[in-house]
Amino acid sequence: MSLLQVKNLGVQFQTPDGYVYAVNGVNFELEKGKTLGIVGESGSGKSQSVLAMMGLLAKNGKATGEALYNGQNLLTMSPKQLNGIRGDRVSMIFQDPMTSLNPYLTVERQMTEVLQLHKGMTRREAKKRAIELLEAVRIPEAARRIDMYPHEFSGGMRQRVMIAMALLCEPEVLIADEPTTALDVTVQAQILSLLKDLQRDFGTAIIMITHDLGVVAGLCENVMVMYGGRVMEYGKSDDLFYHPTHPYTIGLLGALPRLDHDGDTLVSIPGNPPNMAHMPKGCPFSERCAHANAHCAEVLPLLEAAGNHSSVLRACHKPVAELQIIKEKAHV
Amino acid sequence: MSERQPILSVRDVKVHFQVKSNNAWPWTPKKTLKAVDGVSFDLYAGETLGVVGESGCGKSTLARAILNLHPAKSGEIVWMGRDLRKGTDKDWLAVRKDIQMIFQDPLASLNPRMNIGQIIGEPLRVHRPELSGAEIDKRVRAMMAKVGLREQMINRYPHEFSGGQCQRIGIARALILEPKLIICDEPVSALDVSIQAQIINLLKDLQREMGLALIFIAHDLAVVKHISDRILVMYLGREMELAEKHALYDAPSHPYTRALLSAIPIPDPKLEKNKQIQILQGDLPSPMNPPSGCVFRTRCPQAQERCGKEDIVLHAVSDKSQSSCLLV
Repeated sequence: MSLLQVKNLGVQFQTPDGYVYAVNGVNFELEKGKTLGIVGESGSGKSQSVLAMMGLLAKNGKATGEALYNGQNLLTMSPKQLNGIRGDRVSMIFQDPMTSLNPYLTVERQMTEVLQLHKGMTRREAKKRAIELLEAVRIPEAARRIDMYPHEFSGGMRQRVMIAMALLCEPEVLIADEPTTALDVTVQAQILSLLKDLQRDFGTAIIMITHDLGVVAGLCENVMVMYGGRVMEYGKSDDLFYHPTHPYTIGLLGALPRLDHDGDTLVSIPGNPPNMAHMPKGCPFSERCAHANAHCAEVLPLLEAAGNHSSVLRACHKPVAELQIIKEKAHV
Repeated sequence: MSERQPILSVRDVKVHFQVKSNNAWPWTPKKTLKAVDGVSFDLYAGETLGVVGESGCGKSTLARAILNLHPAKSGEIVWMGRDLRKGTDKDWLAVRKDIQMIFQDPLASLNPRMNIGQIIGEPLRVHRPELSGAEIDKRVRAMMAKVGLREQMINRYPHEFSGGQCQRIGIARALILEPKLIICDEPVSALDVSIQAQIINLLKDLQREMGLALIFIAHDLAVVKHISDRILVMYLGREMELAEKHALYDAPSHPYTRALLSAIPIPDPKLEKNKQIQILQGDLPSPMNPPSGCVFRTRCPQAQERCGKEDIVLHAVSDKSQSSCLLV
């Protein structure tokens, strides 16, 4: 059985202008030691779907559907039950390492607190373990550094502290919400190789949320592409990168500045990111899609098997063959 | 190349800041932070120079020094044959008509209390006071059409626009004076991938149409590849490599450039999983106390003893590329 099973997950927010449906009908499974990438632009609902699983939605938010961790539904748990799981069996790395560490507490206090709470360790044992983890994420002079405050660390080091903190209880699932977006490329490479090593050593399953398809390519077995709160395409990363079947995935791959192609022009996707309060009735991407017709704007496409490439599921009315033309233009 | 006159020559520019150190006595001398330490380059009309480096390498400070937003401590900044560092405020006003800037944060760089007609028209009101209101309005509308904004949006305020549209407003404001050079300080870093491509393509089209020169600052070598003719790689306030685009991507001569290139993830699972990544160890050294000799040597995989002792200067490796590495 899968470690984590998400069925028909939805997130709604109640706002003065009515309900905003941030996530609709998301399904996925995660197995032990595997990595799932969730890719999408701002407003695609990728962060909200995992925040819902962790019970971290804003007060006006409500999650529907099921998120089963070892058969228990995370969405219907009481905060007390949830506290027994999050930080311990399922933990999360946030995007901004400065604002998600407490500036008033030393790194030592923030890390030992987790172990004292979940593992019942004494503070001294906990500190020893915390230093081990800081060494595992390659923080030099960990024993001295642990007594420092977050502001004394650089951006990349803070992100490594976050990772160490998330791994303290050896969780089965690690959710990384854009862990490298705020960092320089050289630091990003350090963090990504660190995540790969840690996954190998601890056997952690990872959900990697990012807007960068390059990050996903090296790390993930499965990829889910989201747009406007819905899943556009979902499948094995090899199939998805070499044979994308959805116009949005094709567009994203074409718009990405990359080193391995010599093409001078980038193929941009026209228009602006979706406004969640005013979504079209049909396919959320229809307003920006080069292939869309009246039917696309009216009827919501279902996520269905793409055919030739058995692992890929896609939500598009147009047959794959018709998309071949723009694919060639985008050098995919 | 030798025939053309550069429109902008930067020679050995240094920008230093005086920083008060922590826990110091009031009479303790302040420390010097060398944000930009001896950078030189030429820029020709209609050309794009990409400036790349990690955060804290001084690329934004360099851009600001060219416009005198942070005055340079020493060196020459020669614009069309005149040394700008000796200019008076009046000279600067004239120069800024020709050199405009686009900023990183598209929303923060627009005044929230002005509508976009006023924002885009303001440079005209400052630099071309002889123009009538109707003429300014006409030019603003024409410029909005050029950057892909609808004319009906002229009375809206910045918060009503998305990040990509705000960046278009910033571009319109920079272009309305028909400048000769635009300095773009990370114009696409804050934008989504699909919008990034729109803005890069827009800048390229406008450059071709108006014969602009661009200085394009980014922290990512993949982004500048699509827009630049030549690329300057900076590290800790110094120049590491200055080369033509193809020379730099095909045969990077400096170890730092190679490390930057290998750090960029490629959206291709097979290539990416088998790629040899050259991971730089450690963090950026403090610019208050940079290493002696080559500033990159503390993280360089090829560093030797002489790297810490000898003076480092940018020297030609081929006719298309200059490098500061002693070993090439």
